[in-house]
This record gives sequence, structure tokens and C-alpha cells, in this order.
Amino acid sequence: MEHNKSSEADEFASAVALHAPQLQQSLEQGDLQQAGRIIAEINQVRERTLYLEVGRLTCELHNAIIDFDIDPRNPHAKEMSQITDASERLQYVVNMTDQAANSAIDLVEKSAPLVTYISYEAQSLIADWQRFMRREMKADEFRLLAKRIEAFLSRSLHDSDQLSANLNEIMMAQGFQDLTGQVIKRVMTLIADIESNLLKLVVMAGQVDRVVGIEHPTGDLRTKETKEKKTSSGEGPQIHADKRDDVVSDQVDVDDLLSSLGF
Amino acid sequence: MKILIVDDFSTMRRIIKNLLRDLGFTNTAEADDGSTALPMLQSGNFDFLVTDWNMPIMSGIDLLRHVRADEKLKHLPVLMVTAEAKRDQIIEAAQAGVNGYVVKPFTAQALKDKIEKIFDRVNG
Repeated sequence: MEHNKSSEADEFASAVALHAPQLQQSLEQGDLQQAGRIIAEINQVRERTLYLEVGRLTCELHNAIIDFDIDPRNPHAKEMSQITDASERLQYVVNMTDQAANSAIDLVEKSAPLVTYISYEAQSLIADWQRFMRREMKADEFRLLAKRIEAFLSRSLHDSDQLSANLNEIMMAQGFQDLTGQVIKRVMTLIADIESNLLKLVVMAGQVDRVVGIEHPTGDLRTKETKEKKTSSGEGPQIHADKRDDVVSDQVDVDDLLSSLGF
Repeated sequence: MKILIVDDFSTMRRIIKNLLRDLGFTNTAEADDGSTALPMLQSGNFDFLVTDWNMPIMSGIDLLRHVRADEKLKHLPVLMVTAEAKRDQIIEAAQAGVNGYVVKPFTAQALKDKIEKIFDRVNG
């Protein structure tokens, strides 16, 4: 393939090189008929090159589309695309993480009052128990205290079972990491595939441009890109915060920066 | 003390709500982006705003600018709790008039410190 590509382009280049002096000569001699013939010959070679190149590109494009696993003849091609599939997969990740985080918070919210009761009741019992130890307690009061201690012990037993069940469930809720991790890895593979296929398309488009002789104003594209980045919509979490100078890596950095601004 | 928590992720709102409850702030309300938060602020007598940055429709930084431009709300203390960690963004938020900035992931202690600092300054 590489060989074909260069030989087509070479054919055109050598045809131009070969005919250029003849063209110049005939123009100098004022032989317009001859000059016209030479131009037509060059054009013919150019068209042939273009024809071959377009044929080859069509074939490569076809292969690239096959690589994308999309059959353009299928009326549901859009729905079947792997990108749609990837979006669904990522939506699944969002749902799973949401579910896991919510169930963990639910369990924490259920557990907090149990701990509060144990702590509150234990404090109150200790105070009374110390009065008993100092022999400051009457028999009636002690009977009451004994009942409270019994109630506290049986409730503690029940609540600690509940707490340990809640902790276990919080741990189980972390299972989302495994599932979402697998999905994210699959999507990463897909993105890598798409990138390499897109690269092929860009290279192909570049060859079309070269053969046809189109030049793109790349400057405009770059300006557009920088302009779009300067929006207030935010960027989300920074992945390599510790390796970048323009990004803070922790709260200490944020505080330093703000205090340097007079906060 | 009435606090509005603005974040597009319900789990983050719940985490902040729980942390605020532990700090003794039980009167909280929630909104999922700036565009729903702003009318709540304008009609709700809130004393404090905790907002994320990156949200659909209206971002936290735009919400902050609207708050500062509103005659009734311009003195409302605003704490930004966000994953946005670029220096330029923190400077942008400071210039827009934020009172505190906490980067995610954060600890309960960091949130507590910033809130206390903001109230010390507002009361002092």
C-alpha cells in the first residue's frame, strides 16, 4: 500500500518535472497548440493519480468503517454504534456509583443514632454507677439502676449486631468499584480503537488534500480551540494534579494561593 | 442559620448535608444547579451558600456572580466546594467574591475549618 501511494504521487511529480521544460520551451516559441497538449497530458496524469487515490481511499474508508463495527447500510447504524454503547456503559457507571454512594450514606445515617444512644446512655450510667460505688445510692435507686443497666446491655447487644450488619453492607456497597472499573476499561479500549481509526481517516484526508491541492487555515482552528477552553463552565476533576503547575494538588495549595491574594 | 447546598450530584449534597448536620447546622435546603438555586436564594432568606462549580445550565461561578450582582444577596457568604483545581479558576473565584474554596475530595475537618473561618470573618 505504501509503495502504491508513493508511486502514484511520484508518477504525477515526474510527469510535471518531465513536461515542465517542454512546456516552457513551447511557450517561448509561441507554440500554444503544443503547450495546450502538454498541459492536457499533465492533467491526464493528475486525473489518473486522483482516480487511483480516490479508489484506494474509498477502500481504506470502507475498512475503517468496518473497524468501527458500524454497517452504514443498516438503518439502525446510529443506535448500534459503539459510541452509543459506550455512553450507555458510562451512564451505567454513573448509576452504579450513585447507588453505591447513596446506600453507604443511608447506612451511615441509620447507624449514627445507634452510636449516639450508646454514647449518651453509657455516660449517664457511668455517672450513676460511680454514685453507687461511692455508696451514695439508696436501695430503691439501685434497683432502678440495675434495670437500666440490664436494658442498656440488651439494647447494646442488639444495636451492635445492627451496626456490624450496617458496616458489612457499607463494605458490600463498595463492590461497585469492580463493576464500574471493568466498564471503564472497556470504554478506554474503545476510545483507543476509535483514536487509531480516526487517525487513519485524518491521514487519508491529508492525502486527498495533497492530491487535490487544498490547504486548510490551521491557525483559525487553533484560535477556536483556545477560545473554547476559556469558558466558565469548569473542567471537572484534574487527573494529574500533582504533575501540573497550573493546578493545585490539595487544600493546602488552595489556602496558600488564597492567602497570597489577601484572603 | 439557613444553608443552601448546590451540587448536581445528589450524593455530594447528602455528604455535605450530613457534615453540616454534625456541625450543628440542621436547617438546610438543596438545589441541583445555579438556575434552580438563584430563585431559592432570592426568596428564601438563606444565611449561607455552599456551591459546586461544574454544573449543568448555570455553573457555580455564574451563580456566585449573580449573587454578588444582586442588591439583596450581595453580602451572602459563599463557600465553593468543587473539583475545579486550576490556579486560574481559584483566582477567578476569588475575584468574583467567593468567601472560601474547598477542593474535592475534601475532609470533614477542611469543610469545618472553612465554614468556621467564614463565620468568624462575617461576625467579626
